[in-house]
Amino acid sequence: MRTDGYLVEVKNLVKYFPLLAGVMRRKIADIKAVDGVSFGVKQGEVVGLVGESGCGKTTVGRCILRLYDITAGNIYFQGKDITNIEGEELRRLRRDMQLIFQDPYASLDPRMTIGDIIGEPLLVHGLAQDKEYKQKVAELLELVELEPRMAVRYPHEFSGGQRQRIGIARALATRPKFIVCDEPVSALDVSIQAQVIKLLKQLREELGLTYLFIAHDLSVVRYISDRVVVMYLGKIVESAESEDLYNKPLHPYTQALLSAVPIPCPEVDRQRTRILLVGDVPSPLFPPRGCRFHTRCRLAKAECREKEPELKNVGDEHQVACHLV
Amino acid sequence: MLEVKDLKTYFYIREGTLRAVDGLSYSVKKGEFVALVGESACGKSVSALSIMRLIPYPPGIIVGGEIIFEGRDLLKLSEEEMRSIRGNRIAMVFQEPMTSLNPVLTVGRQIAESLELHRGMAKEEARVEAGKLLKLVGIPDAERRLEDYPYQFSGGMQQRIMIAMALSCNPVLLIADEPTTSVDVTVQAQLMELLNNLRSQFHMSVILITHNLGLVARYADRVNVMYAGRLVESGLTDTIYSHPHHPYTVGLITSVPRLDLPRQRPLYVIPGLPPDLTRLSPNICAFAPRCRFAISKCTEQRPELEQIGDEHWVACFRHKEIPELTAMECEQ
Repeated sequence: MRTDGYLVEVKNLVKYFPLLAGVMRRKIADIKAVDGVSFGVKQGEVVGLVGESGCGKTTVGRCILRLYDITAGNIYFQGKDITNIEGEELRRLRRDMQLIFQDPYASLDPRMTIGDIIGEPLLVHGLAQDKEYKQKVAELLELVELEPRMAVRYPHEFSGGQRQRIGIARALATRPKFIVCDEPVSALDVSIQAQVIKLLKQLREELGLTYLFIAHDLSVVRYISDRVVVMYLGKIVESAESEDLYNKPLHPYTQALLSAVPIPCPEVDRQRTRILLVGDVPSPLFPPRGCRFHTRCRLAKAECREKEPELKNVGDEHQVACHLV
Repeated sequence: MLEVKDLKTYFYIREGTLRAVDGLSYSVKKGEFVALVGESACGKSVSALSIMRLIPYPPGIIVGGEIIFEGRDLLKLSEEEMRSIRGNRIAMVFQEPMTSLNPVLTVGRQIAESLELHRGMAKEEARVEAGKLLKLVGIPDAERRLEDYPYQFSGGMQQRIMIAMALSCNPVLLIADEPTTSVDVTVQAQLMELLNNLRSQFHMSVILITHNLGLVARYADRVNVMYAGRLVESGLTDTIYSHPHHPYTVGLITSVPRLDLPRQRPLYVIPGLPPDLTRLSPNICAFAPRCRFAISKCTEQRPELEQIGDEHWVACFRHKEIPELTAMECEQ
């Protein structure tokens, strides 16, 4: 057993997807979605994982849940190495780890009633029988502030925000300890977003949940997370306590990312310095040599083009991977 | 320069009459950056398509109002006259660049086409101009990339191409409908800076349709807040953000987490859902069912826009008390 207090920990996680081509579907290259990522999530903590499309944040979440077979590295849950567990053991693990999806339209089976959708995990894991089952579904609906009588309705009868609540209820059905929230509010309207964020916060406090909160919206991530991990092209570039990261970001990418988010208050926003990045994120097929961010970094030096920076501690649980820090 | 007066665009669908836009009025001055803000299905895109006269009929039809542009009512023009304005004097940029670009034509051909059509250029001349436009919107190696197809560009680059096409005829008004919703934040910042620079360079007016209140705060001169097909508040950006007088505006502004404020601040939550526009009664305030400050009058009568300050309009019976009421609410 390991005892560093992490509920979930990943060490040197690597996940490559093969790029297949030709009639024989031969592998011609690797898409390096996640390329050596290490971090931990403490019991009861919310860790935010941010980055732009293609940075590997979703892949990290799915690897932890063992939805993908990883290429290299280790995943620990409650101190136990779960990288290679299989069969019954893996099934039992699924009870403790759940996922909330981004798209509330695609993640609910349109031909099942929402009662069946929410109750399915209970049946699959043998957690409730006939009478108890109905009672538990009703409780779950109430937990996410929907009415128990709605259990007989179908997903199309619900709005986006309500569907997201249904997805949350389903994730909570097995009483998990750890939930990966993958962009849970980005498909929702502003006023509905606030409702769902508030619900997730409440549930965390009431049920003592631990979240990995994956999103691209920095203001939302900062609001809900205790600690934030910033990814760029399959690597962690910076990780710190939420307030710290926003008050004194050290990595040039984090700084640019923060400055790109306008603050909905004209007076405050006018005072901020803006850093405009040039170009797009390079392809994870052929990530740049050296520091992966050097092609877009305004401060890049010769060293950055040659040598890959290590993630180093700079105090107060603040880590950064940059030669210039 | 542009004046929308009491615009009504309805869709006659199976479920009944959907009043997507129901009595919308606002104006845009020359060179002004105006934002149209609201959540999905509040009618903001439909109102833009109405200006372009691009409402699909059936089921949609503009049933009333006027759209005065450069002294003429666009709703009274023939389709042919409209064609000389659409894409020429008024251009539009949409949310999904990939669905607006033709996938089997090179981008050079697509830009040149509009130049030949609208500005009567010869083929060679149009090609050179297309290269200049691509360069203007910041596409590296522009000349060579004229030969490329849309799929060879990233999402941000595709949106730049859309902007280049929109600019091809020197429009005086550019309508941008959620132009950055499908791109990443750093690319969003690039595109918005580009749009804003081009606006001042060409003295264009811009109507930005968005739900992103941050972008509005950063770029807009004037804000129009829409709810259920109507304006609920309109004013200069600084006024709207510092002294909002409609409970919906207050709710929108305070329901988004802010990077500069302490994390512990609780979010203000607007309860409930936006109304079903086919069932909405035109005789009540559409926001009343979600409003914490609604009084009986709000469900008996529809509030009209009322001027309450310098270039500041609001449609709420209790607008005088709202700043105080919401301040109390936010503190709790």
